[in-house]
Amino acid sequence: MTAQGLKHRGSALWIAAMVHRLSGLALAIFLPIHFFVLGLSFRGGAQLDSFLRWSDQPLVKIAEGGLVFLLTVHLLGGLRVLVIENFDWHDGQKQLATLAAAISAAVAFVFLVRVF
Amino acid sequence: MNVRLYVWQRATAALMVPLVLIHIAVIFYATRQQMTAADILSRTHGSIAWASFYALFVAAVSIHASIGVRNVLAEWSPLTERRAGQVAIVFGVLLAALGAHAIFALVVA
Repeated sequence: MTAQGLKHRGSALWIAAMVHRLSGLALAIFLPIHFFVLGLSFRGGAQLDSFLRWSDQPLVKIAEGGLVFLLTVHLLGGLRVLVIENFDWHDGQKQLATLAAAISAAVAFVFLVRVF
Repeated sequence: MNVRLYVWQRATAALMVPLVLIHIAVIFYATRQQMTAADILSRTHGSIAWASFYALFVAAVSIHASIGVRNVLAEWSPLTERRAGQVAIVFGVLLAALGAHAIFALVVA
């Protein structure tokens, strides 16, 4: 690929598209684990309780904050795609993408403040 | 991605917008205190409303995520489109089965 062809990489909207794809991929990897763990709630949930106790450590909580960020940023990135594809183009796409990242970081931060 | 997959991808995305917002609200509510299985099961056990909500969520996310995985594999891996589609179907079915099992465990068992 030529330097000209790679020029768009690094632009805010290319990064937004890449963040959307990578966050979706990470969530797709996480979901089977999430469903498996919730399936441990059989018969009163002793196994789930054991997992929840294990998850009550700082590194796991930080990872959970990361997941909240990924879910929020994927939601907002997806909303951006749906709006672009179904409504008239509006200026300020780069600002909206940046705002989406900022909101996601804020939501994840508030989550971390609550769980710590 | 063909038109049929594109429409399914976008339709499930639109459907999941309110579901994800509610899910994030539930995450914040559930983590207001130390999470326990009893706390989770007290909300979900025997609840037709939560069973319906999460059944819809699991169905939508299984379709949405498997189409996304198919696209990533087709574009970023050496797999052919056909093979990427096969892997994605297996992934989607696995996700739906694990999701159904989780709902059963949370609501019924």
